[in-house]
Amino acid sequence: MTKIMSYNVNEKGYYGEFGGAYIPEMLYPNVEELRQNYLKVMAEPEFQKEFNQLLKDYVGRPSPLYYAKRLSEKYNTKIYLKREDLNHTGAHKINNTIGQILMAKRLGKHRIIAETGAGQHGVATATVCALMGLECIVYMGEIDIARQAPNVARMKMLGATVVPATSGSKTLKDATNEAIRDWINNPVDTHYIIGSVVGPHPYPDMVARFQSVVSEEIQKQLVEHENTSNPNYVVACVGGGSNAAGAYYHFLDNEDVNLIAVEAAGLGIDSGESAATSVLGHEGIIHGSKTLLMQTNDGQITEPYSISAGLDYPGVGPMHAHLYKSGRAEFISITDNDAMNAGLELCKLEGIIPAIESSHALAVFEKKQFNPNDIVVLCLSGRGDKDLETYINHFKL
Amino acid sequence: MNRINQKLQEDKKLLSIYFTAGYPNINDTVNIIKDLEESGVDMIEIGLPFSDPLADGPTIQASSTQALKNGMTTKLLFEQLQDIRQTVSIPLIIMGYFNPMLQYGVEAFCKKCQEIGIDGLIIPDLPVDVYHEEYKATFEKYGLINVFLITPQTSEERVRYIDSISNGFIYMVSSASTTGAKSGFGDEQTQYFDRIASMNLKNPQIVGFGISNNDTFTQATTHAKGAIIGSAFIKHLNEHEVNKIDEFVNNILF
Repeated sequence: MTKIMSYNVNEKGYYGEFGGAYIPEMLYPNVEELRQNYLKVMAEPEFQKEFNQLLKDYVGRPSPLYYAKRLSEKYNTKIYLKREDLNHTGAHKINNTIGQILMAKRLGKHRIIAETGAGQHGVATATVCALMGLECIVYMGEIDIARQAPNVARMKMLGATVVPATSGSKTLKDATNEAIRDWINNPVDTHYIIGSVVGPHPYPDMVARFQSVVSEEIQKQLVEHENTSNPNYVVACVGGGSNAAGAYYHFLDNEDVNLIAVEAAGLGIDSGESAATSVLGHEGIIHGSKTLLMQTNDGQITEPYSISAGLDYPGVGPMHAHLYKSGRAEFISITDNDAMNAGLELCKLEGIIPAIESSHALAVFEKKQFNPNDIVVLCLSGRGDKDLETYINHFKL
Repeated sequence: MNRINQKLQEDKKLLSIYFTAGYPNINDTVNIIKDLEESGVDMIEIGLPFSDPLADGPTIQASSTQALKNGMTTKLLFEQLQDIRQTVSIPLIIMGYFNPMLQYGVEAFCKKCQEIGIDGLIIPDLPVDVYHEEYKATFEKYGLINVFLITPQTSEERVRYIDSISNGFIYMVSSASTTGAKSGFGDEQTQYFDRIASMNLKNPQIVGFGISNNDTFTQATTHAKGAIIGSAFIKHLNEHEVNKIDEFVNNILF
């Protein structure tokens, strides 16, 4: 974990030219406290022990690396699915919230705040707060609250307070703004659990490290299957980019392993209804980080669109901006329709109902031809239970 | 000498007012500035609206959203201010978030400010060290004073660092919070004002956040050189549009 990687963060919190901590002075003490402590805390044997124990006994790790035989036959290549969908709470999000709640406890914080879009990260945060007996406040856009009622109910059952974000566009980016404002107003006793590899340094690095268990397991599991720890490709969807960061992490500096990042094209790149940040965004600052983001010429942040609430973010984490700009990762964008079809295909061929976020990654096989001997590991970041209504409406089931 | 430095030398407590450019109506900018000067305000912060103003409370957020809806842009604000120095002589500061400046081009932005006669900038999300390493030379080339914020949580060491790279005044945020009036100042604030005053910094301090009336203005300026009012003035504009600005200012000062 302490290995210095060239595609990884530098001491000042930058990935190439991206990253940093563009935050108001009011946030500086909170972020600085975290920056000074996160590596130290994570390196403590006791912390590692507790983190790994919870990942094993509570989350259910390691998640399987499953050889998808029928899908592989169809696309004439070797496809492995990293089954993050089998984690407790149904997605990779819990890897990070477990890590951050332990971090918060060690920093002496007793009040937890989080932002959520579709509600997956909110549920994962509410879950670990219940586990640790800490107060939990989740900010969620008013519009998202209306369209994600089951996850709102889950958070409430888990004891969290869900606060509607009513400013701006009333979705994820505004929920993030509200969480940051809460942290400004509560600088001493509160920890902010950011759900993705976004935000000011050290968040992108800290979240990537907590998610890096995904690629660590892939390396070990692939040896059992294929007698090598290196796949030819790692494929993951990118909204903010936390599951991708976790799936790439241990392969970042191994250029034998190709990285593919899948973004949501929404109704199409040129439709005006898209979330493909690498294509439509340019460099700027969002939520305290210098990265690629969708914005007007005047520098106002615009509202993205995707059928998948988890990919519906106007920026990407600074690690991904760097992977894009340096050419280390190949970025592919997938429309709503192609994603939905790929999701349904996985149901029929493998008996797995994927989250629509993960369906975007699955749609890569229709877009890109792999060689028969290629080993392609795809991060199946979440399960599709939360998306049933969207699937029902889309396919008129 | 920069107008801000000149103003700071005057033997009086300074009142600075913030408003959001393009609010309540797109073409109110120049009239508000003129009225504020005529009403006896010492310095003005012109807010360049941003879609995601992290450091602001609901009042200024709402005014920013409305200003953007009204069509305010960086380019338009500069056009509106083009001839402002023909009529207005008090210091003018642009306050805004870093992304719109970055998109305009930091150097082009600074150059335009100099052409218009803007005296300084306040950019809450431009970190001190990034400014120091990347932009200080550019700001100074165009004669702009950059104003930094400190809060009750800012360490003494960091306050001294900020003081060392400042050349105008320090914006002293009254409490750990976003913008918007609270109900007066308590012991905590008084102690904080005292503590900073006793540090004998080279830059004078002007207090902002939570100042809304004569009481809070007087309290804030007991130890500091001046005070900044933002949200309370935006609320005035909500109620009265651009009317009765002199009454608002009188109520603060007397």
